[in-house]
Amino acid sequence: MTKHSDHSIEISGLNKWYGDFHVLKDIDLNVSMGERIVICGPSGSGKSTLIRCLNHLEEHQEGTIIVDGVELNNDVKNIEKVRREVGMVFQHFNLFPHLTVLENCTLAPIWVRKTPKKDAQAEAMEYLERVRIPEQANKYPGQLSGGQQQRVAIARSLCMKPRIMLFDEPTSALDPEMISEVLDVMTDLAKTGMTMMVVTHEMGFAKQVADRVIFMDYGEIVEQAAPDEFFNNPKHERTQLFLSQILAH
Amino acid sequence: MSALIKHTPLPDRPPPSSQTGIVHWAKQHLFSSTTNSLLTLASFYVLFLLVPPLVNWALLSATLEGTDRSACEANGGGACWTFIKIRFNQIMFGLYYGSHPEQIWRPVLAFFMLIGLVAPLFIERFSYKGLLAGFILLIFPFIAFALIHGAWLGLPVAETNEWGGFMLTFILSIVGIIAALPLGILLALGRRSELPVVRSFCVFFIELWRGTPLITVLFMASVLLPLFFPSGVDLDKVLRALIGITLFQSAYTAEAIRGGLQAIPKGQFEAADALGLAYWEKMTFIILPQALKISIPGIVNTFIELFKDTTLVSIIGLLDLLNMSQTAAQSAEWRGYDTEAYIFAAFIFWIFCYGMSRYSQNLETKLDRGHKN
Repeated sequence: MTKHSDHSIEISGLNKWYGDFHVLKDIDLNVSMGERIVICGPSGSGKSTLIRCLNHLEEHQEGTIIVDGVELNNDVKNIEKVRREVGMVFQHFNLFPHLTVLENCTLAPIWVRKTPKKDAQAEAMEYLERVRIPEQANKYPGQLSGGQQQRVAIARSLCMKPRIMLFDEPTSALDPEMISEVLDVMTDLAKTGMTMMVVTHEMGFAKQVADRVIFMDYGEIVEQAAPDEFFNNPKHERTQLFLSQILAH
Repeated sequence: MSALIKHTPLPDRPPPSSQTGIVHWAKQHLFSSTTNSLLTLASFYVLFLLVPPLVNWALLSATLEGTDRSACEANGGGACWTFIKIRFNQIMFGLYYGSHPEQIWRPVLAFFMLIGLVAPLFIERFSYKGLLAGFILLIFPFIAFALIHGAWLGLPVAETNEWGGFMLTFILSIVGIIAALPLGILLALGRRSELPVVRSFCVFFIELWRGTPLITVLFMASVLLPLFFPSGVDLDKVLRALIGITLFQSAYTAEAIRGGLQAIPKGQFEAADALGLAYWEKMTFIILPQALKISIPGIVNTFIELFKDTTLVSIIGLLDLLNMSQTAAQSAEWRGYDTEAYIFAAFIFWIFCYGMSRYSQNLETKLDRGHKN
């Protein structure tokens, strides 16, 4: 557990079941510091479950997950430690509707990081500027468009200064014309050297940003490769089928 | 076929005039079909039969002058509000204050102090709300008790078993409501807890009180509760009623809040978890504010029920608003004026219940941030 490595995330022999349903099968995966990984695959392939295991929103039954040097087990202290360093962006944004955009962003820094309120607000404004919506700071989430809400959600996660960011289908719930504004923000973030794991079907984003693309099917990692290799020369027939389906239109 | 291209949007036009105005409204809402017209006319007829005699009895031929029943008997026919006027202090403040009108400033002062203290809580910009709320909850009850009960600063003692009327109704329900709220929140959270022992205890506690009529609870509070205290400790009758009412009410409040908790989407819990918030931070800042907002109608419903149910304290010998009105009407001077007593009590109850219901509607509108998820 104290073994030092330059791995941000180390997953070995990970297995998870929902009742009798074997949702993750023998997953082994190492993610280096600053690496950007895109995970794709058909729905029900376990890709969301995988990244939700990384901040213990889902509990795994077998195997080890070490995030930023901390092993995730049932120790609440460890779970809290990991969650402080890992930001997550959800498909449905999950902003807190009763708080303003600024309050959404400052709540966790103030209570979890114990940042003084003034500093937390100043930092939040910086991140809101980075996602290009500082002018919405005093509105409520319900007054924003989907794309704006998702950018607030990204800023909210960044305010905790995480070392790793997880994205769970961040553009799947958005209207088509709003997808690019969110992807642009994510591309900017990738340039800062953030370790990112992104579950998405946006293959353009994968080609442009990812260091490695992982294809999952039936709860296992079927293929992983650099984007060039992955898109131009997929090895496995399931990958080829998936790519032909997703890139056909 | 030529291409259709528009360069400017069409301007807005007002709706046709036949769609507005009172005649149009009446046509649409009162006389839209033969059946509806008949129903409208029938309703008007029923109102015509009921309202004029009622107004005549309660207002036009009612008596307010004089100091005893002779004034009412001379007038005849209408309501005898003289009775309510003469016995007003007794009905509102109970036996002690009814017979010591010079002391009535004490409960009145306590009441207005409460209003004065609560008012700043509704000012958006007031920044010591927490402190003030703490003062109201933890310190004010003692001030109010000292004022109303007396026995210090040379104030004559008003024993609690001589408290009564509207004052008692108000004390029982406001203390019950306020004390039950935090208890109800804890019970609701406990019932949804992942810790099996906590959950079982909360389920047991809630179902125990929900499965028991308030009358039984009050009986138990008055007969059983003293058994748990060493002999010689004489627990005050009003205090016993308060304990029973609070525990009873907390179960209902808990169920109303649990409904709200269940309506909060899972994503809210997950987002709070993912940000690293601990359980109590998550509940205090994220979940409860949303859940309580959703439960407002349910909570206010239980409040209104409790307010009316306090009349049951007559069973343990306390005289609340209703029973005090009844008692007043059974006195030798005013025998036979029960109708006035009941109507007056009902009117006071109605004002407060309707007020609470309106306030909850306002609160819902105010707290609505126009969001769906």
